[in-house]
Amino acid sequence: MSLNIEDVHKVARLARLAMTEQEAQAAHIQLANIFGLIADMQAVDTKGITPMSHAQDVSQRLREDVVTETNQRELFQSIASQVEAGLYLVPQVIE
Amino acid sequence: MLDSSLQQLGSALRARKISSVELTQLYLDRIAAFNPALNAYITTNAELSLAQARAADVLLAGGKAQALTGIPVAQKDIFCAKGWRTTCGSKMLENFIAPYDAHVIEQFNKAGAVNLGKTNMDEFAMGSSNETSYFGAVKNPWDQKAVPGGSSGGAACAVAARLCAAATGTDTGGSIRQPAALCGISGIKPTYGTVSRYGMIAFASSLDQAGPMARSAEDLALLLNVMTGFDSRDSTSLQRDKEDYARDLNKPLAGLRIGLPKEFFAEGLAQDVANCVHTAIAQYKQLGATVVDISLPNSKLAVPVYYVLAPAEASSNLSRFDGVRYGYRAPEYSDLTEMYEKSRAQGFGEEVKRRIMIGTYVLSHGYYDAYYLQAQKIRRLIAQDFADAFKQCDVIMGPTSPSTAFNLGEKGDDPVQMYLSDIYTIAVNLAGLPGMSIPAGFGSNGRPVGLQIIGNYFAEAQMLNVAHQYQLAIDWHTKQPNVI
Repeated sequence: MSLNIEDVHKVARLARLAMTEQEAQAAHIQLANIFGLIADMQAVDTKGITPMSHAQDVSQRLREDVVTETNQRELFQSIASQVEAGLYLVPQVIE
Repeated sequence: MLDSSLQQLGSALRARKISSVELTQLYLDRIAAFNPALNAYITTNAELSLAQARAADVLLAGGKAQALTGIPVAQKDIFCAKGWRTTCGSKMLENFIAPYDAHVIEQFNKAGAVNLGKTNMDEFAMGSSNETSYFGAVKNPWDQKAVPGGSSGGAACAVAARLCAAATGTDTGGSIRQPAALCGISGIKPTYGTVSRYGMIAFASSLDQAGPMARSAEDLALLLNVMTGFDSRDSTSLQRDKEDYARDLNKPLAGLRIGLPKEFFAEGLAQDVANCVHTAIAQYKQLGATVVDISLPNSKLAVPVYYVLAPAEASSNLSRFDGVRYGYRAPEYSDLTEMYEKSRAQGFGEEVKRRIMIGTYVLSHGYYDAYYLQAQKIRRLIAQDFADAFKQCDVIMGPTSPSTAFNLGEKGDDPVQMYLSDIYTIAVNLAGLPGMSIPAGFGSNGRPVGLQIIGNYFAEAQMLNVAHQYQLAIDWHTKQPNVI
C-alpha cells in the first residue's frame, strides 16, 4: 500500500500537527521510506497467533476505591502557560 | 577517586575519608570544565545536589548509610525529579519543573544518593545518536567527531568521561545498551516490569524500561538493587520479592552455555565489531563456558515490528502535550485547534513528529489490523524464538550494535539507516527480556565495541555474574578516554 500526500495531510490533522505544504512533501518521502521498511512484516503468515501486547501476561490490578492523592492544584497549575482563578485558559470554544 | 568502584566509594564515604559534599563538588567541577565540549548534561543544579550531599553526610556521620548513600548519580532527563527542570530533551518541556518524583528518583533519594544533574538524551528518547535533542548533540568522549549513541547518550558520555559515579538510562529499543556500547561502558536493561515507569516520561509504554549505566557489572548490581521494586502506581510493575542482584557475582562460569544466534553475525555486521565479539566468546570459553549455535528466525522482523508498535504507543502517549496544563504553547493562534496544532508543531522536533505521524497512521481507521495487530502477532513470534533458544542455552551473546560509533551528522538525513543501528537490541525489548552491554575492545577506528548479553526473564543476577567474571579476567571496562 502506498501513502499519498493527501494521507500525509490527513494524518497531520489527526495528530494535531500544523504542517506546511513543503513540510508535508518532505515528510511524504521519509514516511514512504519507513513504510518500505515496515512492509517486510506484511508477508508473514500470522494466522492463529494471539497478538502480544505486553511481555508478561499479567492482569490489571485493582485497588480499593479510596483517595490516595492530595489536592495540589496550585503546584500543578504553576507550570501551566495560562491560568486564571484556578482554571486553565484556552481560546473560547463556545460562542 | 574517579576510578573507584561504587563499593570503594561507599567504603571511603563511610570511613569518612571523603565527604559526600567533597565528592559531589569534585564531579560538579569536572562537569563545569568538560560539559561545554561534551554536552552530556542538560541541567545541573549545584544547590539541590549539594543539599542532598549534606543530608547524606549527616546519615554517614550517624552510621545510617546504605550502599549508595552520598554517591553522586546522574539522572537521565526523562525522570521527573521534584524541583528539577525535566525536559526529556524537548523544547516542549524546556521550562517544565517537575512537581513530583519518579519512582526511580524516590528510590535513589531513599538510598541517600545525590542527584548530580539531568543528562542529555534524544528528544522523548526517540533516536540512536543523541542528535535529536533540542539541547544539542552529545559528543562521544572517545572521539568528539562521533556520536555517543542514544537515546541515553548523555548518561553514557557522563559515565565514560568520569562526569558522574554512575547514571540511569531508559531503554525502549536499545537506548541503554547501544550508547553503553558506543561509549565503552556497561549498562543493563532489566526484565520489563522490574523497574517502575512511574514518573518516567512515556515513549512506548509496553517497551520502556529503566536501568543503570556504570563502569562495571559490579556497579550495575548495586544500582539495580536500588532501582527495582514493586510500585502500585505503574500498572505493569511486577509484584516480586526484592532480590540482591550482587548475590551471584562471584560464581564461576564453568558449564555456562552461551547461545550464539546466527542472525546476529550475518551481513551488516562490521568486521572489526565481529572480531571483538568473537574474541570475547573465545575468552568466555577459557573461563569454562561452552557455545551453542542457535537461531532467532524472526529477529529480522524486529525493526519493522518496532517501528509500528513504538510509534503507535508514542502517538497516544504524546497526545497529552497540548499546551494547556504544562509544556510549550505557541505564542499566536486563532482558535483551540490551531493552538494545539501550532504548539505541537513548534514544540516537537522532526523525529518526534515523524514518529507521531507513523503512529497516528498505523492506528487510523482501516489500517489497524494490517499494521498494529500484525505487528503484535509477530511480536509473539519473536518472543517465542527466544523461549525456544533458552531451552538450549543459559545466556545469548552477540554484538550490541552493528558498528562502532558513527560520525555526528552521518545518518542525519536517513531515518531508516538510523533505525537499523538498533537491529540487535530491539528484539529484546519486544520480548521483554533483560539485556546488557559490556565493553569488549575497540574497533579499527579506536572507538569502543560492546558485547551484548541477553538473559531469560528475571536472570539479571546471572547476567551480572557472567559480565563480572569477564571483567575480572579482561580489563576493557577499565579503559578510559584520554582526552579527559
